[in-house]
Amino acid sequence: MNNIQSLQYFLPELLITITALFVIVFDLISQKKSNNLLVSVALFCIAWLLYQLPSNGGEIFNGMLINDKFSLYFKWIIFISTGAVILVSKYSNELDKEYKAEFDALLLFVLLGMFLMTNSIDLLMIYLSIELVSIPSYVLAGMLKNDKKSNEASLKYVIFGSFASGLMLFGLSWLYGISGSTNIYEIYKTIQLIDNPYMIYMSLMLILIGFGYKISMAPLHYWTPDVYEGSPTIVTAFFSAAPKAAGFAILIRTFFILFTSTNSLTVDALPLEGIDWFLIVAVLSAATMTIGNLLALKQDNVKRMLAYSTISHVGFMLMAFSTASIDAIVGITFYLTLYMFMNLSAFFMVIHVENNFKVKEVNQWGGIGYKTPILAAFMVLSLVSLAGLPPTSGFVGKVYLFRTLFATEKFYWLGIVGILNSVISLYYYFKIVKSMYFDESVIEKEENKPMLLYFFILLFSAQNIIFYFYWQPLYNYITKLFS
Amino acid sequence: MNYIQPFLMLASILFCLGLYAVITRKNAVAILMGIELILNSANINFITFNRFGAYRTLDGHVFTIFVIVLAAAEAAVALAIIINLFKNIGTVDVDQAKEMKG
Repeated sequence: MNNIQSLQYFLPELLITITALFVIVFDLISQKKSNNLLVSVALFCIAWLLYQLPSNGGEIFNGMLINDKFSLYFKWIIFISTGAVILVSKYSNELDKEYKAEFDALLLFVLLGMFLMTNSIDLLMIYLSIELVSIPSYVLAGMLKNDKKSNEASLKYVIFGSFASGLMLFGLSWLYGISGSTNIYEIYKTIQLIDNPYMIYMSLMLILIGFGYKISMAPLHYWTPDVYEGSPTIVTAFFSAAPKAAGFAILIRTFFILFTSTNSLTVDALPLEGIDWFLIVAVLSAATMTIGNLLALKQDNVKRMLAYSTISHVGFMLMAFSTASIDAIVGITFYLTLYMFMNLSAFFMVIHVENNFKVKEVNQWGGIGYKTPILAAFMVLSLVSLAGLPPTSGFVGKVYLFRTLFATEKFYWLGIVGILNSVISLYYYFKIVKSMYFDESVIEKEENKPMLLYFFILLFSAQNIIFYFYWQPLYNYITKLFS
Repeated sequence: MNYIQPFLMLASILFCLGLYAVITRKNAVAILMGIELILNSANINFITFNRFGAYRTLDGHVFTIFVIVLAAAEAAVALAIIINLFKNIGTVDVDQAKEMKG
């Protein structure tokens, strides 16, 4: 489809770009006025355009992007979590109000990049969209200009991120060299015929490094705890949800189309001849979840602990990804949806606690269970869900992940590692619960009660219960995306 | 067609040098230079494959131009971050950035 015809499938992205640019200009013109109304209206319009967006476009912009149900679903969950972060960010005490417009604009640019990540099918777009997410993220991590931790977080992020994307680019260049095309469907046709698997192995590993850094997979997870701890909490909440979903979307699409002999998102994937990346992913996922859980045990800082918990959840999702069945990607998509919202609710609670009680360590959370009883109860619900216990949606999601693993009968050892890790993770989630209810209270009374933050915490926590009892409609809906 | 090999070797050498710089250097600016070397080695690869691969399109050239632009953007952001770090802790040594551990 040519460029002009493609524009009708690209309207949300266009509006995001216009909004981001307009937010900056608006800040220059009216220096005092808040842009909350402007951004809220723009977000509403973007939601409406997403609702109107058809999902049958196929390849658009001359084979640069693809418009399908898979990308549309990921756009929705990315949009909801990013929109919630943008709306809640006005309650963050850490951010300088003077830079609020820049913050909104940067988040909107990252949103644009994540939208493109979900539907890139060209090596150029894969690289550009990952960079479009990364570069504003470096700035977001360093939003607190005078805070040493924030500086350090952004320094580590920029060095690690550009290094990983450099390695990925080298892998992409080899992929281009052996195939002569940058469209992944075209490349797929060529690499079937190549009998030397080492060249494909090399580019596969380098590309896995680039994607693995985005989703914080095991050997590339080093940036995660430091960046999560040093960034402003609202930015950490954002990093832990939407970019992970976008990273998984691009990982699933690229690997299922390029490096399988089935070349499709709708059937169980079979490996290319001589290239067994499933085992590599299985080993990495075992490492990811073990490292995440074991290191989380000794953390005192809440944000750092949740960072390691994110790593372990990525490990669980990679565990299902290593089986490469169609059930597995349905399970990942389902779990990702639930995980994003339970994690966001936990992080919003951390923001609320930091704003009101000025505490950062787990053992300082004493007495919060009695000072804000409703929010604390919902925080417990989110933590139980993150730990994967019934009666919460985290349990349902985890059951599906393990079910796909045992159904394919490939990596039983990985299932055992996963179950052991689930048990370990109970300890550190319940450390927070114990602190909230049983530790001695050292904190003051709750000062202000921001309604919107309350609303999002309650909404995102309520899904833990709702999807425990009514997960079937959502699961069926996701299953239909891959048919 | 035999000329392709020296160019690919050049790219590989540049890639290894960049990797070496990133791993061993302590100075943040030097690490950034290593990353630039890695990006440029990929650029040489793209151009070489496009020139000698007998492909009809100019995809490799276009890709290279985009990479150059992105490398500039990335370097700008990274240098801004490094300058900010220098203002706050008075050094650009990455080993001195150790507020957070564990």
